[in-house]
Amino acid sequence: MNKIVSKENFSENVVKLVVEAPLIAKARKAGHFVIVRVWEKGERIPLTIASADEKAGTITLVVQKVGVTSTKLCEMNVGDEITDIVGPLGKATHIEKFGTVVCAGGGVGVAPLLPIVEALKKAGNRVITVLAARTKDLIIMESQMRQFSDEVVIMTDDGSYGKKGLVTNGVEEVINREKVDMCVTIGPAIMMKFVSLLTKKYELPTIASLNTIMVDGTGMCGACRITVGGKTKFVCVDGPEFDAHQVDFDEMLMRMGAYREEEKADLYKIGK
Amino acid sequence: MAEDRNEVWRDELRKTIKNKERTEIQRVRMNELNAHYRARVREEVNQGLTEEQALQESKRCLDCPNPTCMTGCPVSINIPGFIKNIERGNFLEAARVLKETSALPAVCGRVCPQEKQCESQCFYKQKLGKEAVAIGYLERFAADYERESGKISIPQIPSKNGKKVAVVGSGPAGLSFAGDMIKKGYEVTVFEALHEIGGVLKYGIPEFRLPNSIVDVEIDNLAKMGVKFVKDCIIGKTLSMEDLKAQGYNGVFVASGAGLPRFMNIKGENLIGILSSNEYLTRVNLMDASNEESDTPIYKGKNVAVIGGGNTAMDSVRTALRLGANRAMIIYRRSEEEMPARLEEVKHAKEEGVEFLTLHNPIEYVGDEKGRVCLMKVQKMELGEPDASGRRSPVPVEGAIEEIEVDQVIVSVGVSPNPLVPNSVEGLEVSPKGTIVVNDSMQSSIPTIFAGGDIVRGGATVILAMGDGRAAAKAMDEYLMK
Repeated sequence: MNKIVSKENFSENVVKLVVEAPLIAKARKAGHFVIVRVWEKGERIPLTIASADEKAGTITLVVQKVGVTSTKLCEMNVGDEITDIVGPLGKATHIEKFGTVVCAGGGVGVAPLLPIVEALKKAGNRVITVLAARTKDLIIMESQMRQFSDEVVIMTDDGSYGKKGLVTNGVEEVINREKVDMCVTIGPAIMMKFVSLLTKKYELPTIASLNTIMVDGTGMCGACRITVGGKTKFVCVDGPEFDAHQVDFDEMLMRMGAYREEEKADLYKIGK
Repeated sequence: MAEDRNEVWRDELRKTIKNKERTEIQRVRMNELNAHYRARVREEVNQGLTEEQALQESKRCLDCPNPTCMTGCPVSINIPGFIKNIERGNFLEAARVLKETSALPAVCGRVCPQEKQCESQCFYKQKLGKEAVAIGYLERFAADYERESGKISIPQIPSKNGKKVAVVGSGPAGLSFAGDMIKKGYEVTVFEALHEIGGVLKYGIPEFRLPNSIVDVEIDNLAKMGVKFVKDCIIGKTLSMEDLKAQGYNGVFVASGAGLPRFMNIKGENLIGILSSNEYLTRVNLMDASNEESDTPIYKGKNVAVIGGGNTAMDSVRTALRLGANRAMIIYRRSEEEMPARLEEVKHAKEEGVEFLTLHNPIEYVGDEKGRVCLMKVQKMELGEPDASGRRSPVPVEGAIEEIEVDQVIVSVGVSPNPLVPNSVEGLEVSPKGTIVVNDSMQSSIPTIFAGGDIVRGGATVILAMGDGRAAAKAMDEYLMK
């Protein structure tokens, strides 16, 4: 069950895992996530599905070492079995022909962005993808993105690849250049916050896919709650995608730090 | 009345002691761990009855010709039948009688609100003005005796009838349904979303009230009877209802439980350190977060306020004490009289040092510079006219607002049904509250789908959920055998 069939290191801290999960591979759609547990005393963490191969019965997860579980997961190898994977969870991305869509991805957020880019392209949209990272080595999945994008804009903080600048610089350039109908953004919360502030200025409808703290992932605990348009929403069942302009990103950033101290202690425990 | 009352041994047993003598026996007291000690450990608080105590208590039962106690039981346990078996010293037979109608006697003996059910209808209570026979304690005694004897009887399973049924959720409603259907000859598979079987019995009710090992034995018994369990599988997500049909399932019982925790939508409620009782208890019970080895983090609050007056609130506040809280408070907007929690839970909480701030209602939370809650403002209340629930409704006392220092708040003001299944099945009738609509036979608007427990009731007790499972099993069997 849940056997890892292939593993690729994207960078020192980012790993791509292809995992046997035939039922999930068959049921999942763009935007869905899974909950993963890596050993008997493991915690449950959400990971967005990057892609799936229904025939092979596999799903692809792209994982960045952040906390204890993601670190342990990155250190697993081909042939290892993941204790629990459950899903697909959350609402699937709403896909239709919008016209021109800018997809802005940062860090490992690029992985879950891929199936959305693919679906948007197949629905007849003109898709411009902006990929951003600190430096060249951290840009991931560029070739797959090119396969489904009309154009790919690369942004690096240090200018080592593509253009020098932040993801927002890339997105703004596109907005100023041509008529854009929709924006989708996935990445670190702080990045999505600034993409959202930018597109709000241009009144460009924007969807953000959020990855908050979760326990069960099925609506039971409320750990993932955020404020959207002044109302409390659960990311696991109401999301993970929301109208970015309505999301209270500052509250979300604050809540994501809820267990920072405990997490540090746990990382120390596993020698990190 | 159950027919076994007419058996010769029962008749003779009744004559061994005069009723007057029986009614003069004082109700037994449960053996409990010392409050000071237990408030800091996870060990089970109630230690059960000794054989002598159980024998003595069983003599109090008058074996009434019209046992009203049974009318108070949602699964109609043959109460005099099992108690009289205890009286004659046949404890294993007592356990067997319990299992005729209840899939989880060791669980019910521990968590049922007996004072509102069977014991409230006892002749002692109704006619004599005395304390009821301790039916719950005796139930637990018989179930524990059997388990500890190593001679657990597995009910006779008839040959398979060729039909397959699926159960969505492995909580009390699902387990009760599964137990009944396997005994009727069906092939039964239980699908569970979480990584452990047991539902609320595992993630919700704490170890000090219901040890997981007890639940596991009951689940094991069902497995031995042939019930199959599938973890990490969400019906409506991992597999659809159509998938189940394609796999040959003739009927589905949905017992997916109470999903979404309710919050109060007051200022500051999303601050760090404010969480639902579902999250708090899941972290501690299911994820074992207070264990050093566990990867799941938990914040161990020092000044902990629990909002609400139900069993879940009591479980949360007593858990907070066990995780080292200096001050553990119940904040409840009505008075103690209206509290929905079992009497025993309130008593235990008080003995352990929980403070009860009744007629208090939180109106705002204040956070520190890191966004962690540090203060709560509470409005004092007084009781007004009775509301729709028949309880006197609390009204604010103008200007009476208190501030309380807290570093953790656990919100336990109820739950809404889990939306995953209702939302994913086309044509399924769902109420405005999100519960699945069923008829008197627990049948939904789709004839092959039945439902019960909190997904139908919105939030109830273990035994009511089990009663639903039983009723649904009976009705689905009749429907599928037509």
